[in-house]
Amino acid sequence: MGKLLVHQDLVNDETANKLIKLCPFGAIEYKDGKLEINAGCKMCRICIKKGPKGVIEFVEEQTTKVDKSAYKGIAVYVDHVEGRIHPVTFELIGKAKELAKKVNYPVYCIFPGFQILDSAEELLHYGADEVFIYDYVELEHFRIEPYTAVFEDFINNKKPSIILIGATTIGRSLAPRVAARFRTGLTADCTVLDIKENSDLVQIRPAFGGNIMAQIVTPNSRPQLATVRYKIMNAPERTEEVSGKITVCSMDTNKFKSNVDVIKITKKEIEGNISESEIIVVAGRAIKTKKDMSLAYELAEVLGGNFAGTRPMVEAGWIDAKKQIGLSGRTVKPKLIITLGVSGAVQFTAGMKSADYIFAINKDPKAAIFSVAHYGIIGDIYEIVPKLIENIKNEKGLTGELPKYAAPSTRN
Amino acid sequence: MKIIVCIKQVPGTSKVQVDPVTGVLIRDGIDTKMNPYDLFALETALRLKEEYGGHVKVISMGPPQAMEVIKEAFMMGADDGLLVSDRKFAGADVLATSYTLSQGIRKMGNFNLIITGKQTTDGDTAQVGPEIAEYLQIPHIANVLKILEVTDNDITVEMDMPETIEIAKVKFPCLLSVEKDIFQPRLPSFKRKIKTKDKEIKVICLNDMEDKNEKKYGLSGSPTQVERIFPPDENADKEIWEGTGEELADKITKKLKELKFI
Repeated sequence: MGKLLVHQDLVNDETANKLIKLCPFGAIEYKDGKLEINAGCKMCRICIKKGPKGVIEFVEEQTTKVDKSAYKGIAVYVDHVEGRIHPVTFELIGKAKELAKKVNYPVYCIFPGFQILDSAEELLHYGADEVFIYDYVELEHFRIEPYTAVFEDFINNKKPSIILIGATTIGRSLAPRVAARFRTGLTADCTVLDIKENSDLVQIRPAFGGNIMAQIVTPNSRPQLATVRYKIMNAPERTEEVSGKITVCSMDTNKFKSNVDVIKITKKEIEGNISESEIIVVAGRAIKTKKDMSLAYELAEVLGGNFAGTRPMVEAGWIDAKKQIGLSGRTVKPKLIITLGVSGAVQFTAGMKSADYIFAINKDPKAAIFSVAHYGIIGDIYEIVPKLIENIKNEKGLTGELPKYAAPSTRN
Repeated sequence: MKIIVCIKQVPGTSKVQVDPVTGVLIRDGIDTKMNPYDLFALETALRLKEEYGGHVKVISMGPPQAMEVIKEAFMMGADDGLLVSDRKFAGADVLATSYTLSQGIRKMGNFNLIITGKQTTDGDTAQVGPEIAEYLQIPHIANVLKILEVTDNDITVEMDMPETIEIAKVKFPCLLSVEKDIFQPRLPSFKRKIKTKDKEIKVICLNDMEDKNEKKYGLSGSPTQVERIFPPDENADKEIWEGTGEELADKITKKLKELKFI
């Protein structure tokens, strides 16, 4: 913790202008010979590292230190709907085990729900040391107040150092609520996690909405919370034998009071879910008209894969939001991904860069997508893709016209 | 119905890069805009007001320039605006931002409903809404797809869940974070622009808050710290191909065959 201190005696027009130019967030203001830092500051401290020497200084502030040794263990939230466990949970158990080994911590699971004992058993096959279940009828459906209350009970009793939560729609709603209750740090959508000897969780994620990665720590608060998207980490192999145990927790049911009533639940149609596809063709901004989206549809069709798009394509209404890859869309880990005219902002690549093979076609040799691609193809999609489709048809012996591929509606 | 909408000014472009040599952030231009997801939140609020009466206030936290997005909200039909701005708020992470906004909201009078967008385009965390709700001790529902019914005491919404769509009824006061496309946002109106040109935007700073403890705001109130920023990893063993469209198409075909995708 600390703040930036401006040494006004070193401020003059020259140093001020340098600093104003340097700040990427427009957070430095120069008024009446005084330099001020406004609320736009993100504490990137570039003004200190790269600016005129000594004008701005970082001052550490004394804070009461948290006793880190009082917190032990890495807990994973069991994301589920009516006891059906979301696979992101197993991926996080895998990651938790890896981190726990380095600091000799146990791996816990926290599992609120109703009639979930059988499901809890399954978690032990993935290496959880202890699964804490809160089995109450009030917890049958996810409702924010009772679920947060369970976390409060669990944290107060077990004092975990780290809590990992899947960035599903439930996790993204629940994690911030818990973090605010304990006045602690939460880092969303981490793509890399590591742990320091002093148990500080090293969290890496794309930041500032651009092509930048940030390494984030929570040095003076416990527990440390992080969310991770599905398909970012690897799930461990399921083992036959189990070594952990299940602990049934009880708590004051008055804490389950809620102002939310779940009235009706309908299952979503799982059609064309891109997260599960092995081959994906992605349409990017180089596609000029909605009609030209057929380039992506057809290529996906002949390859037997699925098609997807980037955020601008969704914003233009050319493709359904469920088909969006990236931090504000879905994360995918297919065997093959071919991007058509995608520029490759981190926002997007964070959602696809663990694909086995990445082919990127783009006219601009400087496009950021080429830094993640295994095969970077510099060229015009309008020249390459029609020929490519034809080639594949020939290879596969698909003579003549393909059965007319109906462009899916954008509102399915 | 009294509605508060949280809005944020974000960079107009996402083309932020790190110079790999100097480590300096490069941001093209300085244009800014209202976070696009907030437009859906504001539109939802305006529709509710049109149907059930009441008023819509917007709140934003940021430097003085952020007044621009409040003016934009006026042009769309917001009745009132508050900017929370103080250099002591600098360096705020999600927790400190949520706390600051929740303190600001406490200065805005009674409300039934707070609406936020799904997330911002510069932070992409989607965490501030639920944290504000926790600080105000009200329930929240995230991922709201539709508003189904409104009564004097509660609101019924459709929300997106991992495998299901759920219909839930939540009592006022509460916070909703709405999905993109819940309603098509209206365009700012020129007529309103003229009418609200001189409309007052209240600005409050740390000293106006109920809780004046500096340690809860800005960097001091932020449990997370950015240790370093760096450009994303380059893929080391990559191939770059150039040539005519036909050559490239053939080359891709050959490689896909080799990798057994064809």
